[in-house]
Amino acid sequence: MGKINVQDKDIVVPGEALAEGMDYLPSGGAFRDKENIYASRVGIVSINGRVIKLVPLNLRYMPRRGDRVIGQVSDVGPNAWYVEIGFYKEAAITLAEGSSEYIPKGADLTQYYAPGDYIIASVSSVSKNNSINLSLKGPGLRKLSEGRILTVNPAKVPRIIGKEASMISLIKNMTDCRVMVGQNGLIWVSGMDPEKERIAVEAIEIIDKRAHISGLTDEIKNFLEKGLGGKSGVLKKD
Amino acid sequence: MKDIVGTHVVSLLDKDIRLDGRKLDEFRKITVEYGVSSKSAEGSARVKIGDTEVVAGIKFSLGTPYPDEPAKGTIVVNVELLPLSSPDFETGPPNIQSIEYARAIVDRGLRESDALDMKKLCIKKGEKMWMIMIDVYSVNDAGNLADAIGLAALAALKDAKYPKYDEKKGLVLYDERTKKGLELKQIPIPITIVKIKDKFLVDPASDEEKAMEARLTVTTVEDGRICAIQKGGELPLSTEDVEKMVQLSIEKGKELRKLLK
Amino acid sequence: MAYSKRISGRKFDELREIKAEVGVIPRADGSARFQIGKTIALAAVYGPKALFPKFLQKSDTGTLRCYYNMMSFSGSGERVRPGPSRRSKEISYITQNALLPVLDLKEYPSAVVEIYVELLQTDAGTRCAGITAAAMALADAGFPMRDLVSAISVGFVEGKLLVDIDNEEEHYEKGNTDIPIAMMPRTGEITLLQMDGFASKEELKEALKAAKAACMQINKAQIEALKARYKK
Repeated sequence: MGKINVQDKDIVVPGEALAEGMDYLPSGGAFRDKENIYASRVGIVSINGRVIKLVPLNLRYMPRRGDRVIGQVSDVGPNAWYVEIGFYKEAAITLAEGSSEYIPKGADLTQYYAPGDYIIASVSSVSKNNSINLSLKGPGLRKLSEGRILTVNPAKVPRIIGKEASMISLIKNMTDCRVMVGQNGLIWVSGMDPEKERIAVEAIEIIDKRAHISGLTDEIKNFLEKGLGGKSGVLKKD
Repeated sequence: MKDIVGTHVVSLLDKDIRLDGRKLDEFRKITVEYGVSSKSAEGSARVKIGDTEVVAGIKFSLGTPYPDEPAKGTIVVNVELLPLSSPDFETGPPNIQSIEYARAIVDRGLRESDALDMKKLCIKKGEKMWMIMIDVYSVNDAGNLADAIGLAALAALKDAKYPKYDEKKGLVLYDERTKKGLELKQIPIPITIVKIKDKFLVDPASDEEKAMEARLTVTTVEDGRICAIQKGGELPLSTEDVEKMVQLSIEKGKELRKLLK
Repeated sequence: MAYSKRISGRKFDELREIKAEVGVIPRADGSARFQIGKTIALAAVYGPKALFPKFLQKSDTGTLRCYYNMMSFSGSGERVRPGPSRRSKEISYITQNALLPVLDLKEYPSAVVEIYVELLQTDAGTRCAGITAAAMALADAGFPMRDLVSAISVGFVEGKLLVDIDNEEEHYEKGNTDIPIAMMPRTGEITLLQMDGFASKEELKEALKAAKAACMQINKAQIEALKARYKK
């Protein structure tokens, strides 16, 4: 016996009752308290059979192994770099993980990455007390070059990337910009045309505000077409 | 040393382009709201410049006139950069930045321009004066707090009405407000100009503030005369730079003054 | 003359007008503004962040730190000197305790979550408005919460039970009792309970019942504000 109090795609807030009875299973940001299931965050309900999942609309970033993150080098030690990734502990990159190329011991580490540099790296380990290690060994991991850095809430990252990277590819192709999205909510945007680059940034900001809307891909497509006018990235041969 | 964002700000400026698409001499959207704390403050205002938000309040206090000015009242300015408004601000007594805003921008601008007739603030010569307490708080820092703070203080002064004063008891009756306001003889507007390479920007947003080499906050009155100047930033300015920045401040000051009319 | 009608004309169980909004401070991780009558509270949440000095860090969980402050011009009467007072420190402490029961900070060992509450204008009920705003700000920031926390002041003036006491009633000459209460709306559990004045056991029971109903109304406003950010 049980009862669902909400519908698929409803927006709920902490403490709201999602379902009553033991028939249902909580998932994501939904939790069980005695007989009932409640929301622990502001989020969207996703009902799949007997599973009631809550997808949060806002999160505090928790690094997970394998996450690609963008961070800023804050300090350089004798054998490691220290990076701010928007978490309460700085992440560390050891000598061995600093690059796909071999870095000899005793080398001047600031020649590779200096304080202030932005990098895109992969989370290689998270210890029990939340000490984070990053690695720059891997395809596409590197120091970032000139461009803009945006910050969005990490909960919006999946929407900004899109199913099979569809959303981010749409933005990249139409604005001719390179974009790298970190799971920690930091985003790097770099384009040859400043106008198009700004439109790419605005498109991302719209997704940040409206990640809860369905049909967002069309909305963004329209926004990009309007903003770019005759400046679309698609070459038109008359 | 600039990071990739600062470097980008600079290369875009080479083509006279700003991150948010504004012109070099363009302000973000400014809104001024009066009486936001009207029950408790004798005068109050909220100013938003883009996402930067600041609130200011006026309280009328009683004091004893200073011995060297027995027939005048005074203003006391306090600015607090609240940790509420930015991860960069900490709890504790006002830091050097907030003291600079309070003294060099608000206080100096009001005093040197003679915006308030301090003689009118005297209640009894040598014995009692009005102290106009001006408190300004940052609510959200998205760059250019200096100008927002200056505007908010002015707007709150414009909004202010004297509380009732019981002469016999020598007490202020805060519960009763008169219709008498503070007459502002001048409206000294501070405008902050930031220099990056050889470009001068008005109303710097956060990323532009980080990339700035030097800044000049110039406070001017209606007829274009300057009543306060404060230079900030680590690099020097040439005299030509200063002349250009002052001229820009006078022009933008005239524009912003219309918002307070 | 018995207190037969409220000075403001409100019914005995009627709350003042409420305005609630979240996301009002973009720089913060979460923020909210809560206004009840003429009392206006702003709250901003930053965290989790590194906690210094190190000896204050807790190895198995995060720490919650609240800072309550009244803007100098926000009190009725004289200007309030800036800086922490004993009263603001007390309110900071009870705000922390009112919110801790709904938070699980074990995910952030040794970190701190900071909540800043600023009062823009005051007309009694300030600590409750602060707690209500802080709860919204925490939810806005995306901290997992067992429930929201809703707070209200109830009390007695000349033996009459009143809900949402305002400043005039608080200072009513013939004496009054002020009871600020914070609750978890889902379960009715109390996370803040203070009392100033005199009341019998039965009167207290009555007060708690009335407070529960009032907190549900506060909670409704919090829920609407949090959802309003995500309108279609």
